[in-house]
Amino acid sequence: MVDVAALPDALEEVAPPASRHGAAAWGSWLLRRLGLAVLTLWLVSVLVFVATTALGDPVRAILGKDYGSDKARVAELEAQLHLDQSPVTRYLHWLGGLLTGDPGSSIASQRPVSELVGANVVNTLVLVLLAAIVMIPVAFGIAMISANFRRRRPDTVIQTVMLAMAALPEFVIGILLVAVFSTTVLHVLPAVTLSAPGVHPWNDPKTMIMPVATLVLAVAPYVSRIVRATLLEVLDSDYVELARLKGIPESVVMRKHALLNAIVPGIQVIALQLAWLAGGVVLVEKVFNYPGVGNQLVDSVNNHDVPMVQALSMIIAGVYVVVNLVADLLSILLTPRARTAISS
Amino acid sequence: MSATTSDASGSRRSTTAGGIAVQDLRVSLTGRDVDVVDDIDLVLSPGEVVGLVGESGSGKTTVGTSLLGYARPGALIERGKVLYGDRDVLGLPWQQVRQLRGEEIAYVPQDPASALNPSIRIGKQIVELMALRGIGTAESRLEGARAGLAEVGLPNDDDFLRRYAHQLSGGQVQRVALAMAFLPRPKVLVLDEPTTGLDVTTQGMVLDTMGALCRSHGVAALYVTHDLAVVATIADRVAVMYAGQVVELGDRDQIFRRPSHPYTRALLDSIPHLRQARALAGIPGRTPAPGARPEGCRFHDRCPYAVEACATTLPQLVPVDPGHDARCIRVGEIGTWDISLGTVPDADPGRQRDVILRIEDLDVYYGRKKVVHDVSFDLANAEVVALVGESGSGKTTISRCVGGLHREWQGTIDFEGSPLGKGSRRRSVSDRKRIQYIFQNPYLSLNPRLTIEQIVKRPMELFGIASGRQATDKVVELLEQVALGPAVLRLQASRLSGGERQRVAIARALAAEPDVLVCDEVTSALDVSVQGSIVALLEELRKSRGISMLFVTHNLALVRSIAARVQILNGGRVVESGSVVEVMDSPKEEYTRRLLANSPRID
Ligand code: SF4
Repeated sequence: MVDVAALPDALEEVAPPASRHGAAAWGSWLLRRLGLAVLTLWLVSVLVFVATTALGDPVRAILGKDYGSDKARVAELEAQLHLDQSPVTRYLHWLGGLLTGDPGSSIASQRPVSELVGANVVNTLVLVLLAAIVMIPVAFGIAMISANFRRRRPDTVIQTVMLAMAALPEFVIGILLVAVFSTTVLHVLPAVTLSAPGVHPWNDPKTMIMPVATLVLAVAPYVSRIVRATLLEVLDSDYVELARLKGIPESVVMRKHALLNAIVPGIQVIALQLAWLAGGVVLVEKVFNYPGVGNQLVDSVNNHDVPMVQALSMIIAGVYVVVNLVADLLSILLTPRARTAISS
Repeated sequence: MSATTSDASGSRRSTTAGGIAVQDLRVSLTGRDVDVVDDIDLVLSPGEVVGLVGESGSGKTTVGTSLLGYARPGALIERGKVLYGDRDVLGLPWQQVRQLRGEEIAYVPQDPASALNPSIRIGKQIVELMALRGIGTAESRLEGARAGLAEVGLPNDDDFLRRYAHQLSGGQVQRVALAMAFLPRPKVLVLDEPTTGLDVTTQGMVLDTMGALCRSHGVAALYVTHDLAVVATIADRVAVMYAGQVVELGDRDQIFRRPSHPYTRALLDSIPHLRQARALAGIPGRTPAPGARPEGCRFHDRCPYAVEACATTLPQLVPVDPGHDARCIRVGEIGTWDISLGTVPDADPGRQRDVILRIEDLDVYYGRKKVVHDVSFDLANAEVVALVGESGSGKTTISRCVGGLHREWQGTIDFEGSPLGKGSRRRSVSDRKRIQYIFQNPYLSLNPRLTIEQIVKRPMELFGIASGRQATDKVVELLEQVALGPAVLRLQASRLSGGERQRVAIARALAAEPDVLVCDEVTSALDVSVQGSIVALLEELRKSRGISMLFVTHNLALVRSIAARVQILNGGRVVESGSVVEVMDSPKEEYTRRLLANSPRID
């Protein structure tokens, strides 16, 4: 039962829009959604900019006690941050830089932000992707088992465990894992990721296990609880009853009739959780010292490294928007009613 | 579970001759000793359609699905046999039961719009079972699906097979479900109210198709429904259920000409006729739910013939005529029944009319789309005008304009000589008070969390009619009028049955002391016996208070009994109008004739 064989099948059901008219309708829908996405990102950029530079004096924040004594450094920073210009000009300058792929230089290391961020972004994306690949089948599998035993002992046990896990903050899960597998009980896995700069952590696959496991354990309970709830609702529907009365075997009823219709709400939570992971891995990355975006963001905030914070915030926001866009698209493709509504 | 020794397919040949028989079936609620249905014996012969009739809560659907060895979650088949040939469906291991389902015993669902999977194309859904069982090849199955769709009068091109359920109309979906059930050539068919919610013409087509298929393929069919008129149209034999038991069983003619059980008679008395107006009567009290059913005869607390013994003796089905049984200890003593009992003169077409509401050149729009074209009619004091039509005819739209619920219209709606505003916000308080709207679905129109007292009091406070103590007294009075005692005063609406809720809705409308009631399909969500009592109530209100009513319905027979004048609508236009007697006795338009011909009837 713990498979998602219906997934590719469901995708196979999706026919391309039949007519030219349909294609045009899809095109205009996609354009509208992309426009909205761009608008969202622009609003985020304004907020990020306002929050990081326009409030208070960034130079004073960066230098702290040294502000009064080190006049030269103050002048240098003010020049780098273009503090002599009006906020609007500075914003436009920064936005222009962002769009052309040059979000300025880091204050802490004086190296270009794009260079510093690149590797970490990839690291985080790989971490999140791996977590997703493990988490989706696990969450759906648990949900299906649970729904199959609805309100009987195994279901109750699973739901209680899931609820408990969902209640634990993810860094607690991380610390527990560390205690069990690398320090107190067993010593089979490395407690922290120690990779040299420029080397990706998955070159030593062992170091990936615990960060991925932590994320899976943190996210799978939510997803599986939602999928279970939807599955139960679908299993109570008339069409599932008819499928049973038609003589369809229970496993096919579950896979084809029920899962197919429970998948869309599943996609929505998965998207929310993945998007949350992109920003929310901060603590997990910190616990395992994983060289990802979250870790870098924490360091940059500590250093008051304004250009870095700005760039990282924008990247996280970008992931949110893209993941949600993809989820909406998938949801529509998998919901015939919505799909046919667009192409007609 | 009996151990099976013989291969299921080996014995199949020998069983194909014989229909299906239910013996001593009892289904109870899981974990409680409470029966949902009890003591059910039924025989279905090949090529025969048996109508299983009952009101909500009678257990008819439970009997239907138990033929497939299935009980809804929360219920359990406790005892009995379902004999299909030499096999007992209820005693077989579940793998074999599943094997029987679909191929030998098929099911057509109640509400096909929700019973077809929304994410699977209908072409695939029709052949799904055969594909899973590996019956035939992909081509032969597709061929079969096309032939099946043609048989039920649907298109069968690729484009149609590629559609989803939501892209079909209600009638089409129902026929797809029928074609799907027939495709594996089952020997037994259970149809669970398969025409609920269809227009009469569509219903007529579906019923014809179904009857023809059953007879030509020699299928034994159980047609489960609440609608006696439909049963009178299609069934060969009829079983009437009440509170989990079959109370009367016989040939169609026996049941409809010589009904012998008091419940069957009461049910027939509550049904309107097409040929003649009737004073409809409901059945007092409400159908008892499982667990609350009385001892002795389960009908004794509502039965007009009940004697003391009825409360203590459990009646058995006893033969009245050959092949005609009734479950009543007084069956020989209660005399005969006459179908024309309760007929009353039709509303007098020549009556002096004192018009209070005049609708002229009404055009209604939804956005840019014009849905009602150029409709004119009027409504006199203490008169009921019926708006009749199929779905999409505009009948409800017109009533919503009159009730102030829809604003996009042009033309005039005059109330006592002065024009009514578009939408209730543009109407004077007195206009709003004097025209009240009653909705179709009492489950949606009453706030389930408010008490009945709060619900009925509201309009009085709103329109400054009464408040406080005085209002409560008035509420009691109104509840009395709609035949609900003061006992319901403090109950929340969610505690009431559908019929009781609709009475509350009527009481709420009356609380505003209206002159015009707009009744939007007010009885279509209710059982026939409840419908009878609601209609009787409305008629009483019309007479005693002189209230005028705009009565929206799809049921022509009901029109005959309640209305004086009728507007037949089709596609947003009035097709025919006039007094009920004229229109129904000598219809001039083809459309009206077709509606009348397709309306199921018992007279
Ligand atoms: S047994 Fe008595 S109560 Fe029951 S139906 Fe017959 S007369 Fe009525």
